[in-house]
Amino acid sequence: MTGAFHSDSMPQIFHPSTNTISRVSIAGVLAVVALAGAVGGSLVDSTYLTSVRVPQVQPVPFSHEHHVGGLGIDCRYCHTTVETSSFAGVPATEICMNCHKQIWSRSAMLEPVRASFRTGEPLRWNRVYDLAGFVYFDHSIHVHKGVGCVTCHGRVDTMPLLWRANTLQMGWCLDCHREPWRHLRPREAVFSMDWQPDEDQETLGHRLAKEYGVMDARELTSCWTCHR
Amino acid sequence: MTDLDLIRARLAAARGEVFWRTLEEAADEPAFRALVAREYPAQGPVWLDPVRRRSFLKLMAGALALGGIGACSRQPSEPIVPYVHTPEHVVPGRALYFASAMPSWAGLGIGVLVESELGRPVKLEGNPDHPASGGATDAFAQASVLTLYDPDRLQAVAFAGTIGTWTDFLAAFRSAMGVQRARRGAGLRILTETVTSPTLAAQLQAILADLPDARWHQWEPAGRHLVAAGTQAAFGADLRPVHRLADADVIVALGSDFLGCGPAHLADVRAFASRRRAEQMSRLYVAESGLTPTGAKADHRLALRPSDVAVLARALAAAAGVPDVAGATSDAVPARWVEAVARDLASHRGRSVVIAGDTEPAEVQALAHLANVALGNVGHTVDYVAPPEAHSEDQLASLRALVDDMAAGRVELLVVLGGDPAFNAPADVPFASAMDRVPLRVHLGLYANATAARSHWVVPAAHWLESWGDVRAFDGTATIIQPLIAPLYDGHSAQELLAVFGEQPEKSGHDLVREYWQRERGGGDFEAMWRAWLEAGVVPDTASKPSAVTARPAPAPSPPGGGGLEVVFRPDAMVHDGRFAHNAWLQELPRPITHLTWDAAVEIGPRTAARLGVTNGDVVELVRAGRALRAPVWIVPGHADDSLTVPFGYAAPGPFAAHGFDGYALRSADALWSASGVEVRKTGEWRRLATTQPHQVMEGRDIVRAYTLEEHRALAEPPHARESLYPEWDYPGYRWAMAIDLSACVGCKACVVACQAENNIPVVGRSEVLRGREMHWLRIDTYFTGDPAAPDAYFMPVPCMHCENAPCEVVCPVEATVHGAEGLNEMVYNRCVGTRYCSNNCPYKVRRFNFFEYSRWNVESVKLLYNPDVTVRSRGVMEKCTYCVQRIVQRRIDAEKEGRRLRDGEVVTACAQACPADAIVFGDLNDGASRVARLKAEARNYALLESLNTQPRTTYLAAVRNPNPELA
Repeated sequence: MTGAFHSDSMPQIFHPSTNTISRVSIAGVLAVVALAGAVGGSLVDSTYLTSVRVPQVQPVPFSHEHHVGGLGIDCRYCHTTVETSSFAGVPATEICMNCHKQIWSRSAMLEPVRASFRTGEPLRWNRVYDLAGFVYFDHSIHVHKGVGCVTCHGRVDTMPLLWRANTLQMGWCLDCHREPWRHLRPREAVFSMDWQPDEDQETLGHRLAKEYGVMDARELTSCWTCHR
Repeated sequence: MTDLDLIRARLAAARGEVFWRTLEEAADEPAFRALVAREYPAQGPVWLDPVRRRSFLKLMAGALALGGIGACSRQPSEPIVPYVHTPEHVVPGRALYFASAMPSWAGLGIGVLVESELGRPVKLEGNPDHPASGGATDAFAQASVLTLYDPDRLQAVAFAGTIGTWTDFLAAFRSAMGVQRARRGAGLRILTETVTSPTLAAQLQAILADLPDARWHQWEPAGRHLVAAGTQAAFGADLRPVHRLADADVIVALGSDFLGCGPAHLADVRAFASRRRAEQMSRLYVAESGLTPTGAKADHRLALRPSDVAVLARALAAAAGVPDVAGATSDAVPARWVEAVARDLASHRGRSVVIAGDTEPAEVQALAHLANVALGNVGHTVDYVAPPEAHSEDQLASLRALVDDMAAGRVELLVVLGGDPAFNAPADVPFASAMDRVPLRVHLGLYANATAARSHWVVPAAHWLESWGDVRAFDGTATIIQPLIAPLYDGHSAQELLAVFGEQPEKSGHDLVREYWQRERGGGDFEAMWRAWLEAGVVPDTASKPSAVTARPAPAPSPPGGGGLEVVFRPDAMVHDGRFAHNAWLQELPRPITHLTWDAAVEIGPRTAARLGVTNGDVVELVRAGRALRAPVWIVPGHADDSLTVPFGYAAPGPFAAHGFDGYALRSADALWSASGVEVRKTGEWRRLATTQPHQVMEGRDIVRAYTLEEHRALAEPPHARESLYPEWDYPGYRWAMAIDLSACVGCKACVVACQAENNIPVVGRSEVLRGREMHWLRIDTYFTGDPAAPDAYFMPVPCMHCENAPCEVVCPVEATVHGAEGLNEMVYNRCVGTRYCSNNCPYKVRRFNFFEYSRWNVESVKLLYNPDVTVRSRGVMEKCTYCVQRIVQRRIDAEKEGRRLRDGEVVTACAQACPADAIVFGDLNDGASRVARLKAEARNYALLESLNTQPRTTYLAAVRNPNPELA
């Protein structure tokens, strides 16, 4: 079909190789976008950004493994306001000194604690679980509705220095707010480190959700449940 | 310029009742239509950048990419700083409340409960057990926390402009006092504002007893000293009227804005509003010059020049049967009005009350008191009690005596405790120049004001939230003021300063106050009593008992004034006498009637404006007795003819001194409140004033509804259309809703500031208000109807309506505004990308956009102010009323922990809690017995722009008026 009309008109603008170049370019752009997405996605979930399983250095190398796992001290001995307030509470120096007046009272590791008690200067701990400023989390209601400490904080009785056990990403929060029954336990087991359901979690969770009046998923996933 | 006759003709031609907000809207001229058609009149010229569209797009693309990279930053790590010893009762994350009282103007206290978040006072609520509060607060109390954290406050003791220390001051002051002690205090003068503090008064008396030749003077520019003159003239005794408006069927207010700035305004509003919704509705007559909130609530209002108010008072007193009063007449006072009011009063003997304003001449006040006696109201609707002031005196005479002494060189040591007399003394009392003659001048104050500038020693005062003290309310009830935080800036209280007058060592404010009360109420278990008083916020048995009164002969009529234009001086509605001029919340709070912000204007009636040929913003020169004042005018519908209202308190020295004008420049001692013989000259200048009364038209829509009592009785249940193409929501849990009673609202704006304090709402400043970018989540619109010279006025608070079919929700491209499970229209700041489609689609225009970084993140002291339960929004984010969701969630969590549903009245929004009129009611519609559900079942309940079928959760109860059929 090479008519006079065509041969007389202007020459081809694009060389035939342009077809290949354009195909490769399109594929290349898609590949770059996919790669960027994959890199970005893995970066967002990386320990670099989420700090999951990264032990935090603290002014005093406090070991939950020793105090909880070894000595069996209840969470609430130190985290006093976990049942009454949004904030679980980080122990005042005097709570540390209740025991350490007597035990390890000369330990060099505990000097910052004694100094704080002496001078009245508070200890400055590094935050392990740090939510964004626009997220409002309330410990007391979670504890009350049968969400165990371990569910979010992991087995702190195995952590010499505390690390973040979960990402604290919104998707992780929503996993539970959409299907709370998967994570509920009896109230008396909330502070237990090694509780295991002795029946099917699905059955137990649904029963507890009803018994404890856990709100339905639509209410729990309303934005203002956490953001305000 | 707006043609009054044209407005009248247009309003007369309209069918039915026409409501309007501005005179331009009522006139509906082509120029105004053109302005409205541009939709955002002030937004057009904002884009002045020479950048072309193509470059703009490039820049935006770059900004987007950089913004995206910026968002990838890691969250900074934060420390947790626990206590060393946890204070008793402190639970991090839970607020504590402490009872205290705010010393407001005229020394009078308002009982408050202060919310403390880990030692930071962040919010005030009214103390339900305090007579001046009854659980409500005013805008000034709500804004008080901002003053506490104001970084512009005086921060250090200074001598002649150089920073010193309290110890330096003590040394210098004690040596000066040593000289004075040897001279029995002959050269010592102490100047205070009105003192009601029992402790401070006792300290002053002790100093005067110790140094008999020393003198204590009081001066407050908007003080209540004429009240004393009024009761002296009526009863021969110094007393204060206390009204019981809940028992009054007929109220006549003569030049009194008792709902706006009376001594008991919160208690009065509550009592008044309680009688404006019931079947037993009271009737309010008001005669005044400028339009005040009280006048706006009147069933019948007469706009009179001040001299005519005196004529009316005399005529009413004569008609009420006060002996030996000849009825007076004036062209401005219609005989029909006087007769009708007199008949109404006579038929409600013992159930009526005549209230004269605190600023009216003694003669008018005395006539009002005598009318109350003649009508048998004393003991029923009005009591006369002993003054709450520690020393009631004619403050003008007191100030004059001080100025004479200073000018004559008889004063060697002047101590000014609070106030700013160098700024606010009458224009013909040369306080400032006389003060300069005093060898040693000391000032205790919050700000670097005019008096501080003329003082040698300047001592920063402790804010009332930082210091111990005590204060009396209007009825004498005393409250111990307890500090919520240690002084931020080395401040000291007046009590602490007076304590160093003697040779005794320094004492803490706590010890001074406690020792006073221990002396007064010693015996028994004082510690237990003291703790009980602190907890309750009132000292029991301190309220004054009603005194028996015997009427004296009515005062002789004063000679008639000079006629012509009269001028009325009033403290500004928001910055008062200047004491709140440093408070940005109050500066930006629209004035109740004019909706001016950051500025003051001389108010003028439409007829007088037309006669003088001036319009809004025209700068005029007022001249009286050789003094001149240049100020812009603002036309106020309903303002009396031949009368101008000049606000004072603006242009107080400080960061906002450039705003407004100094009304004190024209206010002389012979004319503290009103004067005749003022001349007005046009200057040809024009000043742009920032008002929030928007440039919009109502297009005949049914926005405000108002009925007379007769019409209200005939109301049938209006049909509520519930059909919609959208699927219905179901709400198994709670269904939050709000009802706002237009009958009760007095437009005081306490709710607006309460919302601002609760929800961390930023201030935007004058230039942004001019562009219509004010951030208040709740606004109060003022509507007028009727003749512009004598209109009826209505106040309408407008928060987010929380619609069932919310137009904002369906247009958000990122689902940043969604429908919550309890019917709240939720706004998620962290999702918002700032398209502003939602605001565009909102028919109520209640959404606010952060065009800039309005919130102050970087000022250390202001960080302490923020409510930790609410996100501080950044630039580029839309925001709006949340129904105080943080309060709902907190109360709901508390209830769930107790395993129960929330009870009615347990969740109270900040606006509803502050409201003295109880006009805002919030609750759960799923609970059929809740107050809000019952109010919404009333026949006068209606939804704003109902025809749009947005089905708002916030609805209104139509205003009801109770006009006198005789005056119909």
